[in-house]
Amino acid sequence: MPPILVIARLTVQEASRRRLLAALVILTLIVVGFSAWGFQKITTVTGSNGQPLDHAAVQQVTSQLLIAIVFMYSGVLALSAAVVAGPLISSEVESGMLLSMLARPLRRSEVVIGKWLGLAILIAIYAGGSAFLEMAAVDWATDYVPPHPILLTLYVAAEGLVLLSLGLVLSTRLSGITGGVIALVAWLMGWIAGVVGNIGAALQNQAVEDIGIVSRLILPTDGLWRGAVYSMEPDAVLAILRAAGTAGRANPFSAVDPPPTAFLLWVVVWFALMLSLAIWSFRTREI
Amino acid sequence: MVAGVANETVAAPQGAATSSPAIHTVDLTKRFGSTLALAGLSMTVPRGEVFGFLGPNGAGKTTAVKVLLGLLAPSSGEGWLLGHPIGDLGTRRRIGYLPELFRYQAWLSAREVLAVHCELAPLPRARWKEAIAESLDVVGLTDRAKDRVGTFSKGMQQRLGLGAALLGSPELVFLDEPTSALDPVGRHDVRRIIRELADRGTAVFLNSHLLSEVEQVCDRVAVVDHGRVIASGTMGELLTGSAVYVRATGLDADAKSKLAASFGPLDDEGERITFTKLGQDRIPELVAQVVAAGGRVYEVIPRHQTLEDRFLQLLGEEEAR
Repeated sequence: MPPILVIARLTVQEASRRRLLAALVILTLIVVGFSAWGFQKITTVTGSNGQPLDHAAVQQVTSQLLIAIVFMYSGVLALSAAVVAGPLISSEVESGMLLSMLARPLRRSEVVIGKWLGLAILIAIYAGGSAFLEMAAVDWATDYVPPHPILLTLYVAAEGLVLLSLGLVLSTRLSGITGGVIALVAWLMGWIAGVVGNIGAALQNQAVEDIGIVSRLILPTDGLWRGAVYSMEPDAVLAILRAAGTAGRANPFSAVDPPPTAFLLWVVVWFALMLSLAIWSFRTREI
Repeated sequence: MVAGVANETVAAPQGAATSSPAIHTVDLTKRFGSTLALAGLSMTVPRGEVFGFLGPNGAGKTTAVKVLLGLLAPSSGEGWLLGHPIGDLGTRRRIGYLPELFRYQAWLSAREVLAVHCELAPLPRARWKEAIAESLDVVGLTDRAKDRVGTFSKGMQQRLGLGAALLGSPELVFLDEPTSALDPVGRHDVRRIIRELADRGTAVFLNSHLLSEVEQVCDRVAVVDHGRVIASGTMGELLTGSAVYVRATGLDADAKSKLAASFGPLDDEGERITFTKLGQDRIPELVAQVVAAGGRVYEVIPRHQTLEDRFLQLLGEEEAR
């Protein structure tokens, strides 16, 4: 097996044997169970006329509640990625675990890419598995499936990968706890900056709007989150938001347009830059 | 002289033939900011020899090992392992390394850790089973092969690290303080393993401050202090002098420093004083001066200089410069 895959396998194996995967699976099943029960209750809600909500209304309410649930999932994924990636390399350097391995014919770039790949596999498994279970539960409870389920899963997974990549870069130089905290704060700041940018768009204030744009370029998590939200918006909701004009853009849980292609291309470049930076940083680190 | 002090000019080995030395360095230096951790290391370690690298804490021993292994980039100078420049990936297939700071994947079994090293070495898959079984047997962990490393004591983890370093019959093995976590039985086992490695032609670079251990197994030694080799040679070349042990009471610090001025460096352990480089012919003079200084002599034993005596003498001389 090539060294990159050996390192990736060790990363997955560690998460599995340290019961991180088991903990996430159990928590996901609990959330899916509760949310299925909650979504099912929407179908029993009665309107002002004493009649249950019609199918369209149930779907609309479900779509908005699903956005909140998915926000929780994306938060769990982002937090987990940051916390796990923070010490990914630094803890093994500090403990000496990497010393005997790096004395083998193993390049530091292979360590970095292998670690990234291993955690990326875990993120993909978690994002794909939890998205499938949650959407299946919602479909069962309310007969609603978001318009772009695969895109939604990809956006949420990409958000996790962004935090993983940032955490990995920091992990090549900083201690695990420091790198993890910085990645988390960056994620929250990115989200808030995105909200500020949206308010700028609503107020048609270019300077304030630019805050959101710049923050999405530095850390693309909020831009990807907007993509995930857009993937969950039914046409009826999009029509309402568009009719509201710029005011419809001021909500962090709504998206009127999909992320621009240029932004998605930038995300690809951003990943390449982060991996290159992590490799350079680890290569030049004295251990 | 096999290992020399800084600035010694040594010709680089030609080619990568099996006749090339196991280790050869020329003026290797390493700086960390303003700190000079390695100050012009020039030395040659022949193949199949057990080479002891001695020095006090912070002397630059581990830095030297890391530079040789390519884990740290040298600030200047050159070095070759098995005839290839240091840092060469291919050469690492033929090298084993037990780090001073050893820790292995706690979530893997001992056998799995060794399998990872077989993969990274890389050894042909057909050889894994035999190589792992042999390593486990040599370090005495066969019974614990399936147990998670997280349940191992520090000593057992060090044995596992030694097992990993021995995988695949390397031509050169770096052991950085290999017995720091071991009990006396473990230390005895390590000495046996080192001798067996030497018997089959493997060069061993033993980094240690346990002098009795080095004295028992090494063919050659180099003493390093402040990043420089201050002495080197075979045991016979290094331990040519004699020492005198004296047990005496009533000597204060002032009296001892006067004795040191007259009779050379001493290892002061209260009533037990060892003059680490003193000929037997000067014993009457020494006893007379001890008595004159108010001391009461209970015991005087002349003996050959041990590595510890020589080591302390060298460090004392170095400090006096």
